[in-house]
Amino acid sequence: MKAFAQLIDALDSTNKTTQKVALLADYFRTTPRTDALWAVALLSHRRPSRPVTTTLLRQWAAEVAGLSTWLFEEAYHIVGDLAETIALLVPNTQSHSQESLAETIAALIALKNKEEPEKKAYILARWQQLSSTERFVFNKILTGGFRIGISQKLMTRALGQALELDENTLAHRLMGQWSPENTRFEDLLITPKAADQLSRPYPFYLAYAAEDDFFDKQSVTEYHIEHKWDGMRGQLIVREGQLFLWSRGEELITNKFPEFAPFAQQLPSGTVLDGEILPYPKGVIGNFNDLQKRIGRKTVGAKLLRDIPTRFMIYDLLEWEGKDYRNEPLWKRQQQLAHLFERYSEQELPWEHSNVLQFDHWDAVATERNRAPEMRSEGLMLKKRDSIYAVGRKKGAWWKWKSDPKTIDAVLTYAMRGHGRRTNLYTDYTFGLWDEGQLVTFAKAYSGLTDKEIREVDRFVKQNTLARFGPVREVTPKLVFEIAFEGIAASSRHKSGVAVRFPRILRWRHDKKIEGANSLSDLKELLP
Amino acid sequence: MPLLEFTSRGIYCAAADVYLDPWKKVAKALITHGHSDHARWGHQQYITHHDNVPIIQHRLGKIVVAGKAYGECFKVNGVTFSFHPAGHVPGSSQIRVEHRGEVWVFTGDYKLENDGISTPFEPVPCHTFITECTFGLPVFDWQNPTLVHQQINQWWAANKAAGVTSLLMGYSLGKIQRLLKHLDPCIGNIFTHGAPEKMTQVLRAQIDFPDTQLITRETNKKEIQGNMVLAPPAVMGSAWAKKLGTISTGYASGWMAFRGARRRRAVDKAFVLSDHADWKGLLQAIESTACENVITTHGYTDIFAQYLREKGWNARTEKTQYEAETPETALTE
Repeated sequence: MKAFAQLIDALDSTNKTTQKVALLADYFRTTPRTDALWAVALLSHRRPSRPVTTTLLRQWAAEVAGLSTWLFEEAYHIVGDLAETIALLVPNTQSHSQESLAETIAALIALKNKEEPEKKAYILARWQQLSSTERFVFNKILTGGFRIGISQKLMTRALGQALELDENTLAHRLMGQWSPENTRFEDLLITPKAADQLSRPYPFYLAYAAEDDFFDKQSVTEYHIEHKWDGMRGQLIVREGQLFLWSRGEELITNKFPEFAPFAQQLPSGTVLDGEILPYPKGVIGNFNDLQKRIGRKTVGAKLLRDIPTRFMIYDLLEWEGKDYRNEPLWKRQQQLAHLFERYSEQELPWEHSNVLQFDHWDAVATERNRAPEMRSEGLMLKKRDSIYAVGRKKGAWWKWKSDPKTIDAVLTYAMRGHGRRTNLYTDYTFGLWDEGQLVTFAKAYSGLTDKEIREVDRFVKQNTLARFGPVREVTPKLVFEIAFEGIAASSRHKSGVAVRFPRILRWRHDKKIEGANSLSDLKELLP
Repeated sequence: MPLLEFTSRGIYCAAADVYLDPWKKVAKALITHGHSDHARWGHQQYITHHDNVPIIQHRLGKIVVAGKAYGECFKVNGVTFSFHPAGHVPGSSQIRVEHRGEVWVFTGDYKLENDGISTPFEPVPCHTFITECTFGLPVFDWQNPTLVHQQINQWWAANKAAGVTSLLMGYSLGKIQRLLKHLDPCIGNIFTHGAPEKMTQVLRAQIDFPDTQLITRETNKKEIQGNMVLAPPAVMGSAWAKKLGTISTGYASGWMAFRGARRRRAVDKAFVLSDHADWKGLLQAIESTACENVITTHGYTDIFAQYLREKGWNARTEKTQYEAETPETALTE
């Protein structure tokens, strides 16, 4: 535990990526493998299930610190992170625990089924035995969400250095639903067993947004153009008669899409396809909201399956007859994919083939992009003909060129304190539109402002507070922002009657007074 | 009428017709210390502690100013005033106001620890205590500053061994001199940026400091390598800082107790070192005055006043224009 806390402290003490990687690599080299495995798990967002609720943790911490509940809550709102608040408020003592990271987590797992007094006694004792940083790390493990500014990519690179293994190979071995509770460091990373590989997905290759100068630099003839489908990215695996469907968040979602079951029987073992899960409510591509209804449900009933069937829009082939195709050029993978479609075209599988388009001029590509609404896409994907299927987000071969977002001018009505790097700044905003003389909430947005603008808005919020609700402040309506968003759909769950997708701040309209902001009916005119 | 009122110009003593740290231009201003939100430009007459006179003259230029010693009582229109050590920065004071048996104390900014350069804080018994509470939350619990100075010297020595220059940032008045005072000159040479160098020169008349060398256009980068550079926070990421070569950046502030603030500041090494009282310090100061009434001015005023009321004080908040230093404004001075 001590070594891991020291690692976190050291990682916090530098801003240089190379140094962070070196620190991590050094930790992986020197720490016992049972600890290293948990460190890998935590840094790739796998954590033991929470043994106590945060409500109880708050109560106990306030009690130990000798503070009234309200004062503890105020402190928490300002610090913005429960693990850190507790670490700061629990008094330091001199005793020390020598428990390792793996032992600590094992104890937390065992705690889950204990009675409350026993849980309390254990956690209070641990708080007393740990230094401030150890306590922070311990609380982070307890409360989950171990985001400390180390990406999985950095962690994998460090692991590669420490084990002298290829980074991409490791990235693949780290995919899927494993836990230190059911595997060992050696089995997962060094000598993986074939049986464990059956369901394992490949790391997804992610695109960057095409920048303004992209079109001057790149030759259109080197690119395959596709529509960027507006559903849920998925990886479909058929191995030994079994089907595995993975989301981009590495969640196994096979059970949520029972209509895909026939793939397991129809396709040969050793087939892995990359594509988009799309809703087809009336035999044609629906909108993302339809799909959301499917994803949101625990169980998928017959009616839902009938109302919103889904299909898999395939755009890449990663494995064929058990052979890894990722290092083949894109054109060759697509050739193979075309063969596959031809060969199984009579099976009536719930799949579609994402059309590959080719153009002579970027102008023609731009015209195609304008067809996005009728194609029900979000814009275009530009993929280099000879590109391999790389690991993670890499610049150079795959680009997304999304349709211009829809925008509307809205008034800032509420602000909430942020988390992590934005702790104790008001960075999470709620925006309203006019409706019969009132401002009706229509969206929340967090991103789009510069650090300088965030500081300015933060100052505005503090000076123009009308009411406080815990971490949220209602502010005097004064500031107008242009909000951009992707999709828009009618919604009975939203007060405004409209749901927008990916709302973000495009710019601060210093030139506009609140009377000039848009109305709810302006927004509704954008509904398809 | 209360002895001190909070008006649109500043904290006002009507009986004496003087202002304490006013934020708008007035005829007669009593000044607690030299930071720009307390000692503002444009008053006709300034009265402050002797040690603060050269500081505000340096900052404000030609002003009419009278200096007083700590504990020296003087009368204005029959009201008795005196300055008492606040321990915040060199020359900083609390102001005691007495009239017809009633005593009020205005703290300006203060801390309880002895920083080695400012006359340490002395509690002044009073009926009403007007206190800052920049760090008025129980999460702020300062470490012994000696340990922090040790950490800074260790960081410098490690950088020196790696051939890396240490760029340590803090306020030009107070923090930089406190850091300088405790740097170990055996490790290497100490260079300075123009703003803190000028203020340090002003204070050398009062305080012994290790030698410093001002960085100019002529300064050779090789000369600086591995040594210490003291600069205001505004240089972070600037062209000036880039010219220093390979650096490790450090920042000393009470806000560095927050992980979010540390990460936003994006420095390599954050040191939790403040010239303001922490939670326990504020409570200790209030208790030692034996006051009945507390008025909180800048910082976490509402929360702190609510806590004090819970503990039996008659506490309230008043609005001032002292910039409640926040994790953000701490960057700009």
